[in-house]
Amino acid sequence: MEVYLDNSATTKVRREVVEKMVEAMEVEYGNPSSVHRKGYNAEKILSKSREDVAKLLGCESHEVFFTSGGTESNNLAIRGIVHSMKRNGNHLITTKIEHPSVLNVMKQLEEEGFDVTYLNVDNHGYVDLDELKNAINDRTILMSIMAANNEIGTIEPLDEIAKLKRMKDKFYFHVDGVQAVGKINIDLKNIDIDLLSISGHKMHGPKGIGALYVKKGTKIKPILYGGGQEANLRSGTENMPGIVGLGEACRFMKDNFIEYEGKLRALKKRLYDGIKSEIPDIHLNGPDIDDGAPQILNISFLGVRGEVLLHALEEKGIYVSTGSACSSHKNTESHVLKAIGLSHEYIEGAIRFSLSVFNTEEEIDYAIQVLKEKVNFLRRYKRR
Amino acid sequence: MEVILIKYGELALKGGNRSFFENKLVRNIKEALKSFDGVKVEKTHGRIYVETSNNAKEAIDRLRKVFGIVGITIAKKVELDLNAICDSAIEVMRHHSGKSFKVETRRPNKSFPYESIEISRMIGGEILKNVDDVHVDVHNPDVVLNVEIREKAYLYSDTVDGIGGMPIGTNGKAVVLLSGGIDSPVAAWMMMKRGVEVEAVYFHSPPYTQERAKDKVIDLCKKLSEYGQDIYLHVVNFTDFQLAIYDKCPPKLTTIIMRRMMMRVAENIALKYGAKALITGESLGQVASQTIESLYCTNAVTHMPVFRPLIGMDKSEIVEISKKIGTYDISIRPYEDCCTIFVPKHPIIKPDLDDVIKGEKELDYEQFISSLEIDEIKVKS
Repeated sequence: MEVYLDNSATTKVRREVVEKMVEAMEVEYGNPSSVHRKGYNAEKILSKSREDVAKLLGCESHEVFFTSGGTESNNLAIRGIVHSMKRNGNHLITTKIEHPSVLNVMKQLEEEGFDVTYLNVDNHGYVDLDELKNAINDRTILMSIMAANNEIGTIEPLDEIAKLKRMKDKFYFHVDGVQAVGKINIDLKNIDIDLLSISGHKMHGPKGIGALYVKKGTKIKPILYGGGQEANLRSGTENMPGIVGLGEACRFMKDNFIEYEGKLRALKKRLYDGIKSEIPDIHLNGPDIDDGAPQILNISFLGVRGEVLLHALEEKGIYVSTGSACSSHKNTESHVLKAIGLSHEYIEGAIRFSLSVFNTEEEIDYAIQVLKEKVNFLRRYKRR
Repeated sequence: MEVILIKYGELALKGGNRSFFENKLVRNIKEALKSFDGVKVEKTHGRIYVETSNNAKEAIDRLRKVFGIVGITIAKKVELDLNAICDSAIEVMRHHSGKSFKVETRRPNKSFPYESIEISRMIGGEILKNVDDVHVDVHNPDVVLNVEIREKAYLYSDTVDGIGGMPIGTNGKAVVLLSGGIDSPVAAWMMMKRGVEVEAVYFHSPPYTQERAKDKVIDLCKKLSEYGQDIYLHVVNFTDFQLAIYDKCPPKLTTIIMRRMMMRVAENIALKYGAKALITGESLGQVASQTIESLYCTNAVTHMPVFRPLIGMDKSEIVEISKKIGTYDISIRPYEDCCTIFVPKHPIIKPDLDDVIKGEKELDYEQFISSLEIDEIKVKS
């Protein structure tokens, strides 16, 4: 049996999405910028896809800008704001557990002379609102905080964080929503977020496409210059197959959100309960089991090396990822697991299971049985 | 016409054996240039001349990886006629950016009716007459124009360094234990440089070591094979053996016992394929299995010489060589090898041979060694 439990890395593309993309390549292959009918048809499709994305996010379609994916959306949001807001200040706020596409931009900006505050998180991965409040000063121009953590699934209190914006004028809030949108409820009508990144391939859409929500009136500059597509914010001929695929993926998520969220939560709970009752000496990393993103479960198996377990599971058709980077070396340990204060021994034994609605109860039960067998086996060879 | 002139200096063993080394070098040069068109390789008096209808620069890049060559240059080959030689010399200087020059002549062909010094003087005079804006500087010239008088005359100015060493195949065959790390490919390369033909053995522990780790070792072999030989890589499926070591041997000794088993397996492969030595990337004191006491225990299982060319080198020196030979970027890909999968918490630093022999008593290693699955992969550059 093949059981894919690495959906935070990427997901399988839905059949309906593939069909729409094929049509975009074989039939409606026009360039939306072309003046003729073929271009006009493509433009129509483009608008429809933009609406589908906007509906899922709860925003206006002219606030949606297509990019090449989550990484570009995060880069564009941060660099775009920094460029337009330089005169208002040089201070940025983020957390220690962001995705590298945020953290590495921040590091680069530090080299360029910006001040960056990296907020600590508690042992469940939540940011400390008081620390955040104290960090905000009159030079702060942007805070970038993820919605759901990709390794441990912590859902940050975006509502509370957004309220802190009132402390200062001309201060933007960017949210990396890559692991959250479609899985947890983020409705931009109800929450004061200025910029939000999403990615197609994390929700059964294609790779190489994403979008950035930019609230109307936000001062942002492009990082790519060219033909002026996407209202001048993101030049480059539109990736039509990708855009159509993302639109379709978002439409499906919107229509099925409630059912899907419930199903994911139930599968995650089943997996966790099974592991807990069958395997001793485990540790849940991140928030309590009922909190956190419904698709992410991070567990340390004490006395086992995560990477060794990963490969042992792989042999039985089960695909997971390690909580830490693929290495036994301490300096490449997961920055997220370190930030929540896990000791080396726990970090070394961490496995991330990430689910999708394509997973079944049968698969989960199979995974539990194989885990039990492999963990028992490998514990015989634990470092003595 | 242009030819590539190859200097190979004094191949260490001269006298009666010299032609053996020279012939091997010629064969290796032909092999390195086998994809080139119209290659002619000729050997006379301590020089090898290569002609090819392809781009000579590309050929030189290839030749810079052939062990045994100390210098390579593009030379003009002209008739033994003073006017022709002078014309050619003038042309060389016209196309050279250097302003000061001197001419150095060598005349192995004593039938040419002028002495070396006379020839240099005449050529120099002609250059000064015919090329604008150049002058002679015998002490610190921008250009040394070399003229060699043989059956034909050869003129050349810029020599690039060859890689040196001895032609591969002139010093027998050895089996190298390749782990995928930085050290072992460097060790293999250093022995290849001494003329040793190598075969490689890699210990694979699926599923705990991934296919990517194996691919990495294949890529390392590919990089090494650019230095003049196809490499046979023996991939040993080591998982069950390794697990048995952990089941049956004392925890503190598992690493040293695993090393001994690897040596035994490698020696078996060496015997089977006519190799007479083993090569490892060990460097004294680098890790617990590389202390003198550990090496003593590891070494005790083999009857062959074990070459450890890195034994006295620092990591930074090894890294420097690996960068130079092009293996570094491959070696640092972050995949686990079988040595790091089930490492004991506290490996013993000074093992005692008697304890180690006792420690592996429960292990029926001869049975394991005879039943190992070994895949052979031929890696070409």
